[in-house]
Amino acid sequence: MSTLRSRLPAVTGHRLFWPLVVLVLLIAANTVYRPSFLSVELKNGHLYGSLVDILRLSAPLILVALGMSLVIATGGIDLSVGSVVAVSGAVACLYISKQPDQNSLGGVVTALALAFGVALLLGVWNGTLVAVIGIQPIIATLILMVAGRGLAQLVTQGQIITVNSDPYRTIGVGHLVGLPFAIIVALAVTLLVAVLTRRTALGMIIEAVGGNAEASRLAGVRARRITLLVYVVSAACAGIAGFMMTANVSSADGNAAGLWVELDAILAVVIGGTSLAGGRFYLGGTIVGALLIQTLTTSVYAMSIDPQTALLFKAVVVIVVCLIQAPAFRARLRRRAATPTPPTTPAEQQKEQVPA
Amino acid sequence: MLKTGTFTRRGLGTLLAAGLLAGGLVGCANSDTGGDSGDGGDGSGNGTIVLGFSQVGAESGWRTANTTSVKEAAAEAGIELKFDDAQQKQENQIKAIRNFIQQKVDVIAFSPVVESGWDTVLKEAKDADIPVILTDRAVDSADTSLYKTFIGSDFVKEGRLSGEWLVEEKKAATGPVNIVELQGTTGSAPANDRKKGFAEAIAANPNLKIVASQSGDFTRAGGKQVMEQFLKANPKIDVLFAHNDDMGLGALEAITAAGKVPGKDITIITIDAVKDGMQALADGKFNFIAECSPLLGPQLMDLVKKVHAGESVPTRVETEETTFTQEQAKAALPTRKY
Repeated sequence: MSTLRSRLPAVTGHRLFWPLVVLVLLIAANTVYRPSFLSVELKNGHLYGSLVDILRLSAPLILVALGMSLVIATGGIDLSVGSVVAVSGAVACLYISKQPDQNSLGGVVTALALAFGVALLLGVWNGTLVAVIGIQPIIATLILMVAGRGLAQLVTQGQIITVNSDPYRTIGVGHLVGLPFAIIVALAVTLLVAVLTRRTALGMIIEAVGGNAEASRLAGVRARRITLLVYVVSAACAGIAGFMMTANVSSADGNAAGLWVELDAILAVVIGGTSLAGGRFYLGGTIVGALLIQTLTTSVYAMSIDPQTALLFKAVVVIVVCLIQAPAFRARLRRRAATPTPPTTPAEQQKEQVPA
Repeated sequence: MLKTGTFTRRGLGTLLAAGLLAGGLVGCANSDTGGDSGDGGDGSGNGTIVLGFSQVGAESGWRTANTTSVKEAAAEAGIELKFDDAQQKQENQIKAIRNFIQQKVDVIAFSPVVESGWDTVLKEAKDADIPVILTDRAVDSADTSLYKTFIGSDFVKEGRLSGEWLVEEKKAATGPVNIVELQGTTGSAPANDRKKGFAEAIAANPNLKIVASQSGDFTRAGGKQVMEQFLKANPKIDVLFAHNDDMGLGALEAITAAGKVPGKDITIITIDAVKDGMQALADGKFNFIAECSPLLGPQLMDLVKKVHAGESVPTRVETEETTFTQEQAKAALPTRKY
């Protein structure tokens, strides 16, 4: 695995180089289309502008993708994060909507604790299915992906629960020192996870489990416990993301909240250079990936791309990013192979580096 | 152990196959003999009409109100209702319709989960001489003799009513009026039709111009996210037309955050008239809502009686719908059902 990096030239070969180039290109394209895209002004004591919107809206995705990175590092995958988002948002909003005074800080804190607890439980459920019972992660989390959305609709009774609570709103749209509160929370959680995984042996142990669970167990790592832990962390991150998404619109929609966010999160992780085969993870890359995806979405609206072609536009950008991220594709491009061969997909690259 | 297991499985399979076959046979027998009344027959003898109704599910407040309306109207009309919730699955709905056929109900009504794949089961109902009424959503069967009528909203009309109100509202405008549009889910019938109806209506005044139009997926989060960028890209927005209340409600937040006053700085028109939307209208944050009513129960029961009596009915019946201004919303809000 470590040969992967040493094979490549230093700067352009860095796994973040190309995603960052595309990110800058996207912002540049927006600026060409509308020069005021970059402008950030001060409005009501906080920053206001498209770039600030991108930061705020990418916060939940950053969180979900963060948890997803750890799960993917163990060679697993968590498809249930979207449903966990919906459940945690629904539980929090339901509790707040039942309060006599929705603005009371105590009520909101209780609601958050309750919903966070539910999210942790869902994480334990996923982790138990994968680590203890030994079901394949994609199947184990698929169960909660389907059931969780049903659970969220059960909690909301199929209705959209509207809350009118200023403390809760703050999580989604509030500001701290001029910046969106949500992005500060997301970065704080990222920092915490980074310190816990990279300043201790935890990160390496997670990667060891992903590399070869049995070998790591024989080497003295409690592989099951680590696997269970990453699913709990993933659900916890999704739970907080659920607060942000529902607080953003002050309402919980069991049907739509967090729909397909698991796919965006997986994409963010992959764009960030983490292999789906497990054994490695890059938190910085994941954040760049999440920012790239949100910038792409915002660009579609800011540049008035026709809704009928918007999905195609996104797909093309994503394919380009994935292709130039693939070392095999770049190597082939450099060699300018004479024989026309089909482009190498990221999937092939991942197969190539399956560890152990 | 292994052997027993295999046997059990095979046994189960045989049983299932037999069951399927038997079901098929019963179906055939029904169609051959037409009015042959078996053991399950009830209803038509003692004068009460039996209606089998298969609902899509309970995915939204709109749908729940639709269900309640059908149930209440049936009770009021003295029609015996056999209600089935398909939980968004076509196979459940087909199963329910087959059950209704076997129970020999007098009329079958259902809101199709999806548009296609109904020909076989509708043919079975036709062979069993049970009239079918579609509610709320249409099917794409080429053979229109498979159902008697389709009752539901006219999405084009909803868009047109919204546009006509705007034309009237802005008839004094001398300069250009900039409109932004929040479309529903790309490709969905309500999104396509509402967009079409609105565009047709505002063509009456060349000053009215749609400067931006994007999909907000019918959700609050989508509406908000798109509106945020609309506000930044277009310094002068006079009117917002949202294809449903929820996107409009999401956009409200974006408008407020941009330091503008919804309902005053920006005229807001939406469609649906769900409770939260009506509240916003009554509060003066929205300016106009074209109703998309789920309360089609009473009209449905009229149709049920007519088709049961063998009277001819129009093949397309529109739900009775209205529009709301701020004043009308204040008056209607206390008795609003959904």
